[in-house]
Amino acid sequence: MHKLLPFALLAAFGLAGCNSSSSPTPAAHAAGPLAAAYSTGGSAKGDFGPPQGAPIQAILTSPPLVPPPVNRDYPAKVVVELEVIEKEMPISEGVSYTFWTFGGTVPGSFIRVRQGDTVEFHLKNAPDSKMPHNIDLHGVTGPGGGAAASFTAPGHRTQFTFKALNQGLYVYHCATAPVGMHIANGMYGLILVEPPEGLPPVDHEYYVMQGDFYTTGKYREKGLQPFDMEKAIDERPTYVLFNGSEGALTGDNALTAQTNQTVRLFMGNGGPNLVSSFHVIGEIFDKVQPEGGTYWQENVQTTLIPAGGAVTVEFHTEVPGSYVLVDHSIFRAFNKGALAILKVDGPEDKSIYSGTEVNAVYLGDRSEPNLKAVTAAASAHAAGTLTRQEQIDAGKQLFTGTCSVCHQPNGEGMPGVFPPLAKSDYLAADPKHAIEVVLNGLSGPVKVNGTDYNSVMPPMSQLTDDEVANILTYVLNSWDNPGGQITKEEVAGVRANGPAHPAQAEH
Amino acid sequence: MRAAMLPLTLARWLCGITATIAMAGAIAAPAYQAIPATGFVSVLATEKDAAPVSLAAFAMREEPVTNAEFLAFVAAHPQWRRDAVPTVFTDARYLAHWSAPEQLGAAALPDQPVTQVSWFAARAYCESEQARLPTWLEWERTAAASADTDDARGDPAWRRKLLDWYAQPSSRGLGSIGGEANLYGVRDLHALVWEWVDDYSALIVAPDSRDQGDPDRMKFCGEAALSLRDRDNYALLMRVAMLSSLKAANTTVNLGFRCARDLP
Repeated sequence: MHKLLPFALLAAFGLAGCNSSSSPTPAAHAAGPLAAAYSTGGSAKGDFGPPQGAPIQAILTSPPLVPPPVNRDYPAKVVVELEVIEKEMPISEGVSYTFWTFGGTVPGSFIRVRQGDTVEFHLKNAPDSKMPHNIDLHGVTGPGGGAAASFTAPGHRTQFTFKALNQGLYVYHCATAPVGMHIANGMYGLILVEPPEGLPPVDHEYYVMQGDFYTTGKYREKGLQPFDMEKAIDERPTYVLFNGSEGALTGDNALTAQTNQTVRLFMGNGGPNLVSSFHVIGEIFDKVQPEGGTYWQENVQTTLIPAGGAVTVEFHTEVPGSYVLVDHSIFRAFNKGALAILKVDGPEDKSIYSGTEVNAVYLGDRSEPNLKAVTAAASAHAAGTLTRQEQIDAGKQLFTGTCSVCHQPNGEGMPGVFPPLAKSDYLAADPKHAIEVVLNGLSGPVKVNGTDYNSVMPPMSQLTDDEVANILTYVLNSWDNPGGQITKEEVAGVRANGPAHPAQAEH
Repeated sequence: MRAAMLPLTLARWLCGITATIAMAGAIAAPAYQAIPATGFVSVLATEKDAAPVSLAAFAMREEPVTNAEFLAFVAAHPQWRRDAVPTVFTDARYLAHWSAPEQLGAAALPDQPVTQVSWFAARAYCESEQARLPTWLEWERTAAASADTDDARGDPAWRRKLLDWYAQPSSRGLGSIGGEANLYGVRDLHALVWEWVDDYSALIVAPDSRDQGDPDRMKFCGEAALSLRDRDNYALLMRVAMLSSLKAANTTVNLGFRCARDLP
């Protein structure tokens, strides 16, 4: 029994006790040093003889669904019927694209067979197609992967047969010239050739493929968008998508699972150009079969999927919530559409992930003196006994946290960059104007104490009326400034007016 | 019914020639435009024959053959009715979008190009017009011209315009003839239908490849890229791919034809 071989080797080298013996699946899949010691034999060992039993009609599924396991212990003849359909479909909200598809979806129908099966492949090209098409299955051993044999004019059908000698997860695609354009229009999918013993059972199997798309219009420009050949040649995609459209796997279309389940993703990359840095935000792949191959890697954050390649990943869910599938070449995810959602439902497990436990202001070491004064001012205000000194004390603490980064703890600012607040003629000219500056920000040229400044202070509207009043009272009573007091009510009044007359230097 | 042939009326005017033939009844005589002789480099050229091919002057039909014109042809040559034609010359979809063997109906408007015609049928039609199918080189050379220049193939804007046709799913239906004329006065070479050419079957070399190029060249990933001089010319490349997928009896919903003539 060849599957015992690794154990025999382990014993021979005195390595018994290696954790592979606790692996839930046959040792044939074990990784690391064991992999070198064991080989499936590839295509030379993949022929299990002539097909047995009655021919079986293959079950094809549209993404993100995967056909059920083959669940068979003998090689059979499997008949696959796939139709090529050219159709207009949404690529984003309000944006449509003329896709060329295998089976009416992007990616095309998922095909699942067993190693050693004889696959009778029928390719039909819909009568209203404009283009001839064919199919190159990377799981085929033979010139062109079936491409020449399946070259099919519109309104015609072709047939060819191959034996699936190698187990693995394989991309198929159209290979009619111009190949790049056929792929860019969505002509790819996956075929899974199961190992003879099948795959270990999991709770969910899903089918996702990444692809890059090139439209003449910009990202999310509305209407029917034609293919842009120049962008495709330059490899500057307008969209990078999972399953052919933005929203294919988000919202109501999100993938779903429960906590404490195992999810297996058959993830392909149709390209035509980009390589994917596939990652699931918030999950770690317990198991990855890189490039769709036989041996697995464990505990992987991000796995690379070549264009025209695939990967099988598995992970176990522990914590409920939304997990985001992305191409971690991350601008593709957030500016070109490469994201999908896996929604995991179930009870929270705070021992594994707590969620937010604390969300408080972090003032850094500038807040070293405690904020007692701020609290004192707040309660004094509530009691109607707030004094100017209390405001100054509270304002000093707040200034240290918020303002001193730029204006410096001593109010001197930085000459030419951040205007001084100390002995400031600008401030003295109109102390109330300072309220607007804090709430609405200030940009453009100003002259302070004879020096020109031209930069941007962002609005500090996150500060409460209390805080602004205290800070300004502190500033007015420090560093030789004219003194005075700003009340909470004055700040509230300015805030209510909004930035209708932006605080510009001309004021 | 017999097409009465008038002596060719050659109206030479700059590069234009109009050859007038009286066809049956109401159908206006089709216009042909003269295409001057030139040296031409095809997108299909390989390194070995990279020099320009010298191409004699000829006349190209201004428009693809329309449903109305083909209906007249079928009426005059009933052996080409869809219910009479020998099956070796067409497939089951031949003129199937017409409402009856000699009636167009709603799915085939008179001024739409005729489609769902086989190469055999196209050839027979052109003979009835005292013409022939153009060769691929003649077609490509004529179709290379834009409204302003005789070879616009290097113009990215022009290429993009041609490619836009592929973004239109064919479920939207065919347009009608009457598009913009190119430099030679020929219309609708792009963006309306595929067109048969006389030597379409030579676009893929003979099945026996021992003393010729690899016959699968157009079908495979890498090979396809190697066999084309101008890899960016997707619009033409797709025409070649389309034609190479066909047998002479095949028909498709987007495939029509126009005719050409030798010049005296």
